[in-house]
Amino acid sequence: MKMKSPVATSIAIAIGLITLAGYFVPLAILQQIRFQLLDWAVILIAFAALVGIANLLIVHFKRIQSTSSKRDPLSLVVILAFTATLLVGLIFKPSSAAFQNIILKIQRPIEASLMAVLAVTLAFASLRLFQRQRGTVAIVFLVSTIFFLLLGSGILGFLTGVPVLGDLLELFNRLPVAGARGILIGIALGSLTAGLRILLGADRPYSG
Amino acid sequence: MTEYSQIFISAIGIGIVLVAAVLLFIFSLPGQRTSPRALRPIPAVQRLRRAIGLAVEEGKGLHVSLGKANLVEPPAAITLTGLSTLERITQSSMISDRPPVATSGDPAVSILCQDTMRSVYRAGNVLESFDPSQASLTGVSPVAYIAGALPVGGDENIAAHILVGSFGPEVGLLVDQADSTGAVTIGGSESLPAQAVLFATAQQPLLGEEVFALPAYLQAGPFHQASLRVQDWLRWGIIVVLVVGTVISVIFG
Repeated sequence: MKMKSPVATSIAIAIGLITLAGYFVPLAILQQIRFQLLDWAVILIAFAALVGIANLLIVHFKRIQSTSSKRDPLSLVVILAFTATLLVGLIFKPSSAAFQNIILKIQRPIEASLMAVLAVTLAFASLRLFQRQRGTVAIVFLVSTIFFLLLGSGILGFLTGVPVLGDLLELFNRLPVAGARGILIGIALGSLTAGLRILLGADRPYSG
Repeated sequence: MTEYSQIFISAIGIGIVLVAAVLLFIFSLPGQRTSPRALRPIPAVQRLRRAIGLAVEEGKGLHVSLGKANLVEPPAAITLTGLSTLERITQSSMISDRPPVATSGDPAVSILCQDTMRSVYRAGNVLESFDPSQASLTGVSPVAYIAGALPVGGDENIAAHILVGSFGPEVGLLVDQADSTGAVTIGGSESLPAQAVLFATAQQPLLGEEVFALPAYLQAGPFHQASLRVQDWLRWGIIVVLVVGTVISVIFG
């Protein structure tokens, strides 16, 4: 198999291995190199942020200028909002009370209202789940949702002192935690192998 | 934490990484490779394969959503898996009348999306067909990302939405929007709240580590298939350690 861009791949693998070694081996020199590399990565990511935002603006400018169905007047709103936020941030500072009042007091209520819409969306989505999966999964989902909703509300709290029922309640309280840990172990293993593929050069999210 | 316990934990960490790396290397050798047919069927992947085929036939596009994570935080692994998935999906569907699109909530990831798609177009000798706006940043905060991706979710010319990345519960809004157009929705995430929401909203949710297996099922290469076997071996190792640890703690208190 012909290796594409071997120089970029070699540099990426070497830097990845040094950073990983610096994480595990408490040698001062390795720690210094690791932190230096991470600092450089943060600087690169800051420049990438500028490029990404420029790309965002270009996409929306193109949408305004487009004559096809891609034309979207909301792109103008995005550009105006971006320009206003940038100007306010430059005139005041992002941490200043004025900036917080002007920008964040607009942004946060909008985000909060979207989350409120999400609550309704999820309720309807749960109902649609029964249309899609009318089997054991749907029944287990319904029963566990109602049961753990009741358990979490504390309505069954009076049973905690009862000898056997109290122990059962504790067991049921631990069930979601055990399930979540099982899922998280799987995700950790998936993350480990994904990282190793990058370190071994098998996966290259860069063309070089 | 004492110095000795730190060294002990570091040694265990190095041990796990080395064992996983050696197993990954061994399982990717020609004689040891797993046939893609030997993998257990995942309904979401079968649906995705059909959706890719239908999208190409009907001249529709595919949307890959990579979520909000950046590259310096722990969820970077799922973002990298999303990039591998994007590469495979771009390879499979770039001949469609409507090219695939990718959205992300991090500027660096959006650049990597463009780079990944451009390299696939270049390899296919159709670089002139690539438009950088196919991979876009739609917002830099979690909710802003979803709000920016909603128009893509509502595009009736998209046949399937594949969500592989780090999301919060707000991903439900994007999936609901996509669902309303009749498109196929397939989603997985490393975040537990997002997984719960995707289970309820997506037509085909990917649970737990299934999302990391997506590139292997899309035949991204022998290393991806080998990594599934490594995960299985490590999972058995963890099960043994948990059972033995429980028995020891019960016996010796």
